[in-house]
Amino acid sequence: MRYLPLTEEDRRAMLAAIGVQSVDALYSDVPQTVHLTKPVDLPGFKSELEVERHIGALASKNLGTGSCPSFLGAGAYRHHIPASVDHLIQRGEFLTSYTPYQPEVTQGTLQYLFEFQTQVALLTGMDVANASMYDGATATCEAVTMANRVTRRSRAVLSGGLHPHYREVIETHGKFTGFEVTAAPADAKGAEDLSRLIDAKTSCVVVQNPSFFGHVHDLSDLAKVCHDAGALLVVAVTEVVSLGLVTPPGEMGADIVTAEGQSLGVPLSFGGPYVGLFATRDKFIRQMPGRLTGQTVDVDGKRGWVLTLSTREQHIRREKATSNICTNSGLCALAFNIHLTLLGEAGLTKLAELNHATASRLADRLSAIPGVTLFNETLFNEFTLALPKPATEVVEALARKRILGGVPVSRLYPGDASLANLLLVAATETVSDEDIAAYEAALKEVLR
Amino acid sequence: MSAPTQIQSERRVLRTISGNKGLQIEEPLIFEQGMKGRSGVDLPAVPPHKDRLGALKRKSDIGLPGLSEPQVVRHYTKLSQKNYAIDMGVYPLGSCTMKHNPRLNEKVARLPGIGDLHPMQPISTVQGALELIDQLAHWLKTLTNMPAVAMSPAAGAHGELCGIMTIRAALLAKGDARKRILVPESAHGTNPATAAACGYEVDPVPADDRGRVDLAAFKAKLGPDVAGTMITNPNTCGLFENDIIDIADAIHEIGGYFYCDGANFNAIVGRVRPGDLGIDAMHINLHKTFSTPHGGGGPGSGPVVLSAALAPYAPVPYVVHGANGFDLVERNGSAFGRLKGFHGQMGMFVRALAYMMSHGSDGLRQASGDAVLNANYILAGLKDEMTPAFPGTCMHEALFNDEFLDGTDVTTLDFAKAMIDEGYHPMTMYFPLVVHGALLMEPTETESKDGLDRYIEVVKGLAKRAKAGDAAYFKGAPYHTPRRRLDETLAARQPVLRWKPEAPKKAAE
Ligand SMILES: Cc1ncc(COP(=O)(O)O)c(C=O)c1O
Repeated sequence: MRYLPLTEEDRRAMLAAIGVQSVDALYSDVPQTVHLTKPVDLPGFKSELEVERHIGALASKNLGTGSCPSFLGAGAYRHHIPASVDHLIQRGEFLTSYTPYQPEVTQGTLQYLFEFQTQVALLTGMDVANASMYDGATATCEAVTMANRVTRRSRAVLSGGLHPHYREVIETHGKFTGFEVTAAPADAKGAEDLSRLIDAKTSCVVVQNPSFFGHVHDLSDLAKVCHDAGALLVVAVTEVVSLGLVTPPGEMGADIVTAEGQSLGVPLSFGGPYVGLFATRDKFIRQMPGRLTGQTVDVDGKRGWVLTLSTREQHIRREKATSNICTNSGLCALAFNIHLTLLGEAGLTKLAELNHATASRLADRLSAIPGVTLFNETLFNEFTLALPKPATEVVEALARKRILGGVPVSRLYPGDASLANLLLVAATETVSDEDIAAYEAALKEVLR
Repeated sequence: MSAPTQIQSERRVLRTISGNKGLQIEEPLIFEQGMKGRSGVDLPAVPPHKDRLGALKRKSDIGLPGLSEPQVVRHYTKLSQKNYAIDMGVYPLGSCTMKHNPRLNEKVARLPGIGDLHPMQPISTVQGALELIDQLAHWLKTLTNMPAVAMSPAAGAHGELCGIMTIRAALLAKGDARKRILVPESAHGTNPATAAACGYEVDPVPADDRGRVDLAAFKAKLGPDVAGTMITNPNTCGLFENDIIDIADAIHEIGGYFYCDGANFNAIVGRVRPGDLGIDAMHINLHKTFSTPHGGGGPGSGPVVLSAALAPYAPVPYVVHGANGFDLVERNGSAFGRLKGFHGQMGMFVRALAYMMSHGSDGLRQASGDAVLNANYILAGLKDEMTPAFPGTCMHEALFNDEFLDGTDVTTLDFAKAMIDEGYHPMTMYFPLVVHGALLMEPTETESKDGLDRYIEVVKGLAKRAKAGDAAYFKGAPYHTPRRRLDETLAARQPVLRWKPEAPKKAAE
C-alpha cells in the first residue's frame, strides 16, 4: 500500500521491541466478541490510476458550471479564481499543518489569519473579525446565539430576505438549544417592514444584504429601530464581492456581520467546504465565537502572532465556552485572503463593478422577454424573475440545453405556490456576452 | 527568565543587517506592502450598464492594499516557510491524527464536474455527485456497521452538535428531553461545550486508575433524567474503553443514548465496528481518520453515523435512491431540520473516498494496525526515559505524564518547545486534563520505522538532558525558529486583533 511505509520486516522488529506476538495482541482490550478477524466487506485497494478513473467517471456524469453558461447563485457564486490562489494554498506547509497551537512553528498560518481578520473587518466596516467559521449559515447562527448572550434575551427575528438555509439552521438551533425564532415570510419584492416584529424580548434582527432575492437595502433605519429596542442588528452577506461596491453593513449600524466568503478564492465544490466570516464591534470581543489571532511580541521583542482570548473557547472553558467550534475553515480563509490580496482595493472594486454590470445587462435582456418580470429595483449581481411557468420546469428545460439558468425559489421554499414561478438568476464576471445571448435565446424558446 | 545561555550570546554576535537569517526571511503584513492602484488581477473594462444599486454605492474606501502577482506569490511563499507541516516530518499531535495527505485526493477534488459543481443545480445534472456521496456513505456505514449516516456536519464538533440534537429530537419525540449528559473528565472540550449548547447539564464522570471510565461511578450517576453519554473510544488517553459494551447497555437500560466521539476512529478502522458496541451516534472526522488535510485549522468534515433508533431523526439533506436515479432530500417533516448551508463538505467527501478506495478494505485494516503499532513502538522506546501515564500497551497514541520531569524545573511546555528546535512539531500537551502535564503522542501509520527511531532517539535525548539539570536550555527554547516564545499574556491583556493604518509600523522592535 503506497501510503504505508512499514515493511513486514519492520513490523516484526517493532513487535519484538514492544514485546508482543502480533498486532492483534495490541487490541487485547477489545472484547473478543466484537474484534473482527478479517477485513469488512468492501472493495480491495486501487492504484492511483484506478481511483482517478473511478472518480473521473462520477464527475463526468455531472454538468459542471465550468462547462456551460451558468447563472446560479442563491448563496454560492461561480467566480474566476486566479491560478496563484490554488497553487499557493496547496503548498504543503499550509495544506498539511494543524491549527496553530504552537506559535513558534506556525507563524505563517497565524500571520495570514491576522491579515484575514483585518480584511474581513475592513470589508464589512466592523472593528474585529474572527479566524473563520464553517460557512455563512453557521456563522449567522453563531451571531444569533452571541446576540442572545449579549442582550440576555432569547428571541431572534429573521428577515424574509434571509437565505432559507440560514433560517433553517437558526431554527434548528433554536429548537434544540432553547431560543425562539420569529421568521418573516418570504420577501420576494424586498418590501418587508420588520419593525412591528421587534419588541423588548428581541435579542437580534437578522437581515441579509443583498437579500436572498437580490435586493440591496439601506439598513440604517432598521439599525435604529433595533438599537432603540435594545436588540442587535445582525447582517448576513452571502455574496462578499458585493462589499466592493455596496455600502458595508458596518456603516449602516450593524452590530454583527456574518458572511459566506466562498466567492473569494473558494471553488463551488457542490456546496462545501466554504468559509464563514464573522465580524463585530470591539465591545463584544469577549462574547465572540471561534478562534482569534492576536499580535504580540516574542522574547526577543519581535512582532509575532498567537491564538488569543482562548478563555472563550471550548478547549479552555469547556461547558462555558461561547461556542463548541474547534476545526474551522482555515485553508478556505487562506484562499480568501490570497484572492483578496491579489485583487486589492482597485481589483475588488472593479470586480464588483463587473459583476453588477453583467447582472444589470442580463436583467435588461431577460426582463424584456414577454411574460418575464423583474422583481428588483435594486440588485448587485443577482435578481428575481417572475416567469409565466413554474421555474423548476424552466430550469430543467434549460439544463437540457446545457444552460444552468438559475435557482427556482421553490427549491428553497417548497410548497408555497405563490413562489413557484420565481427564478433567482445570478451573473458574475464569468458570464460572457455570448452566455447572455445564449441564455436569452434559450429562455425565449423554453417559454414559447 | 534565567541568564542568557551561550547560544543566546552567539545569536547576538551573528545578527544580520536585514534581520533575515538565511532562509528565514522577515515578511511584513500585506497592509505594509500595498500601493494604491496596484492589483494582481487584470480585469476587462466594465461595460455600460444601468446602475441598480439605488443609493447604496459604497462611498468610503475599503482600505485594502494593492500588490502585484509576484509580490503576492512571494509573500505567501515566505509565510509558508514559517510553518511546520506533515510534509516536513513527524507531527505527533495526539488526538489530531496528522497523517500523510495524499495529493491524489487534491487532484480528484478539483476535477471539472466536481470542483465546479454548484450546490443548487438541477438534480438531473448532479447525479455523479450524489452517487459519490452515496458511495462514501456506504463505506462509512459498512466500516461502522451503522444503518444511517448524516453527511452534512462540517467538522467533529459540528458532528457532536448533530448527534446530541438527534438524541434530543428522539427524546422529545417521546415527550422527555431529560436534563443531564454524562461526560468523562478526559473528554475533549468540544464534548461538554456541545452538551451545554444543547441545553444539557454536563455531569462529569471520573476516570479510574487505568485511564478508563470508572464504570461504578458511571452507573451511580445514571437516572431517569440522563439523556445520554458522550464517550470517546478509543479514549483521549489512547486506550480502548474495555467496558464499553456494559456502558452502552447501562445507558440504554435507563432509556438514554450513547454518543461516541469518533475522533480516534483511526485506531480501529476495519477491526472494530462501533455499531457492534451499542453506539447510537458517532462523528467521524474525515480530516483525521480519512486523510483530508487539516489546512492550518480546517476545513474538516464530520459525518455522523446513526443507529436504527436515531436514524429517523437525522437532519436534512440526505441522498436517496429515487425512481429516476439519485435524489436529494432537502426538506422533510423530520423533527431535526438543518444544520448547515447546502449539502455538506463535498470537497472533503471526494478526498476521503479517494483515500478509502486507495487503501481498500484490507489496506484500511493494515493502516489502523500500523497506527497502533507505531504508537506502541514509541511507547516502548520512551517508557524507560519518560513516564507512561498508564501501564500496558496503548492504541494509536502514547500518553505520558510529567513525572519524569519531577525536580528538573522543566515543564511539559518547555519540553515541547525544545522538540521544536530538534525539527519536530511537539506532541499534544496538557491534554487530556486527567493526566498531570500530559504529553500525548500520535505518530499515525504514515511514519516509517527509521523516522520513528530517530524521533525516539531525540525525545529520549531531551528527557536525559532535562534530568541532567539543563533546565535553562529548555526555558530558553526554541532558539532556531522565526519567532521564539511569544508573549501570550500580552496578547490577551491588550488584544490587537487586526492591523490598523494609524498604528505604528512595528509595535515593539
Ligand atoms: C477527541 C476529540 N473530539 C472532538 C474533536 C473536535 O473535532 P473538530 O476539530 O473536527 O471539530 C477533536 C479534535 O480536535 C478531538 O481530538
